[in-house]
Amino acid sequence: MAHQWGMVIDLDRCTGCEACVVACHAENNISTVGEDEAARGRAKHWIRVERYYEGEFPDVKTKFMPVLCQQCDAAPCEPVCPTFASYHTSEGLNGQVYNRCIGTRYCANACPYNVRFFNFYNPAWEKPLHLQLNPDVSVRSVGVMEKCTFCVQRIKAGEIQAAAEKRVVKDGEIQPACVQSCPTKAMVFGDLSDPQSEVSRLARSNRATKLLGELGTLPKVTYLQRDSWHGGEDS
Amino acid sequence: MAAKTPEHINEDLLRPLSGTSARYWIVFGCLVAVVAAAIGAFGWQVYHGIGVAGIRRPVFWGFYITNFVFWIGLSHAGTLISAILRLANATWRRPITRCAEVITVFALLIGATFPVVHLGRPWLAFWLFPYPSERGIWPNIRSPLLWDFFAINTYLLGSVTFLLLPMIPDFALIRDRATGGKKKIYTALSLGWCGSPRQWHRLEKAMQIMAVAIIPVAVSVHSIVSWDFAMAPVPMWHSTIFAPYFVAGAIFSGIAALIIAMACLRKLLHLEEYLLPIHFENLGKLLLVMSLLWVYFVFAERLTTWYGNESSEMAVFWLTQTGSYSPLFWTMVTCNFLIPFPLLAIKKFRTITGCVIASIGIVIGMWLERFLIIVPSLSHKYLPYSWGTYRPTWVEITITVGTFAAMALLYMLFSKFVPIISVWELKWGQHQEPERDPVLLREDEEATA
Repeated sequence: MAHQWGMVIDLDRCTGCEACVVACHAENNISTVGEDEAARGRAKHWIRVERYYEGEFPDVKTKFMPVLCQQCDAAPCEPVCPTFASYHTSEGLNGQVYNRCIGTRYCANACPYNVRFFNFYNPAWEKPLHLQLNPDVSVRSVGVMEKCTFCVQRIKAGEIQAAAEKRVVKDGEIQPACVQSCPTKAMVFGDLSDPQSEVSRLARSNRATKLLGELGTLPKVTYLQRDSWHGGEDS
Repeated sequence: MAAKTPEHINEDLLRPLSGTSARYWIVFGCLVAVVAAAIGAFGWQVYHGIGVAGIRRPVFWGFYITNFVFWIGLSHAGTLISAILRLANATWRRPITRCAEVITVFALLIGATFPVVHLGRPWLAFWLFPYPSERGIWPNIRSPLLWDFFAINTYLLGSVTFLLLPMIPDFALIRDRATGGKKKIYTALSLGWCGSPRQWHRLEKAMQIMAVAIIPVAVSVHSIVSWDFAMAPVPMWHSTIFAPYFVAGAIFSGIAALIIAMACLRKLLHLEEYLLPIHFENLGKLLLVMSLLWVYFVFAERLTTWYGNESSEMAVFWLTQTGSYSPLFWTMVTCNFLIPFPLLAIKKFRTITGCVIASIGIVIGMWLERFLIIVPSLSHKYLPYSWGTYRPTWVEITITVGTFAAMALLYMLFSKFVPIISVWELKWGQHQEPERDPVLLREDEEATA
């Protein structure tokens, strides 16, 4: 059976440090767009840490929620693409084929999570930063949509390595950059088709919830609600 | 004054085809400049990247898609109105059908450029065409954008045919009076028309078939345009009312555009004796019905949203009712209903001037309606953390203004090469039913007065 890659994010563990955001930029050759463009809403962060505030000043609590592509099984972004740039892979990923994308941006409008990012200009890196580009990830040109891939290059590398050694992929062997860099281990990645994997076990938690699950998009990212939201000891 | 003889009609209606005034060339030059500026702005965008437009995350569609929906909507002026009036055998239609059908063709051509203009990589737009390619994939038929592609092309093909068919006898008329190179061109265009009974019979048959066929096509086009939005799970987009709402709005803006075009033609080409107050009065009544229908749709949409009280939809709802987009929303209601309703409902105001004022309001109001459907919803999708806003840049504004100039320019050019009123249909009407023909009736009144 094909792998079904999924992720669990424990909101009790997330401190909002944004290490995942930085790691994602470095791993996936995501260009920065500069202050002015970022102010116009054109920054690209395949993963972002959303901040929500509760209470009135000075008694304010900040809640953090990392949001990335939910790799939906019924993804609204996929059917609307006229050129199959956005499509579903056999391993349940929402693939994005940059070369097929002509930039209708329909997928980004259809996505309820706003996790798709558009290249409004050709990307540029100040020298010598261009030398640190990851050779395993293609650089996207102007007019092309991009988004979190669950670090598909790492998934493929792990699968090829396991196949070469004639064994199955071990649980936890493959880690996207965000998962690898999380200091509090708030994020867990693995194969949802294996009921024994850690990600499957955590996804069965009674704290498990899906972001905007009511829309029926069947996300493969599961959030573990903060206990404090249920009146736990943290509150 | 006696009834207009066929010679009179020929002379009046073919006059614009020979000779142009200095005023014509001045207006022509200004319009060309504006269109050139718009093309230049598009070139600028292709060269520097789509980023020179104002779209941003999360409002990925802005002025361009607004213009797309607006112009495709406007195109329903013509063919649909003209086809319905033909089938209903409304005799007063004769002088206005061609003006209406021309709007359709040009508005479609303008509207159909926007799906390309708005692309991130417009040079790859041909990937939307279904052709066996080296890439080994067909376009995705599940995508509403592909439905658009087929619907718009079908409608364009149909409306061009619908426009060209009744032009054949008029081309022949010009051919018979022309000399030199002009004669050669019109000989080719008139496709060997000699006016035999068999040809007339076939033309009539073809027109009937086209009139019936074009109506479902026109309805399908704007339904599919609405489904570009309604198919996406976006607050206030995902609605079953969208298809009929869009079709009604399209016909609404189409009639308004037709009235404005007719008023301009009447003044500029001195067609006062052909485009009569009765034509404006009748179209004004149609416009009144559409205005009421539009208000009904808006009310039904807003009421069900408000009563349903779904949180993500309510965010968009209040954004347009009382929030930052409310000035635009209430301007739209004023332009589409509050101004046109008294002007068109009270007989005293339903004059040519009254109809034109109402129509200008409606064209503005319907453009705003398209904008207000697209932008507020995108700016307030589900997760408040990524709410955003949108401001157009000079590139989008220039291209938008350019489309209006392009419309006027194409219309001006057309009226110099083809009689804007169908000569043979007018004569036919006078010959067949002189007692019901408004042009003749008016002259009778004048004669008895």
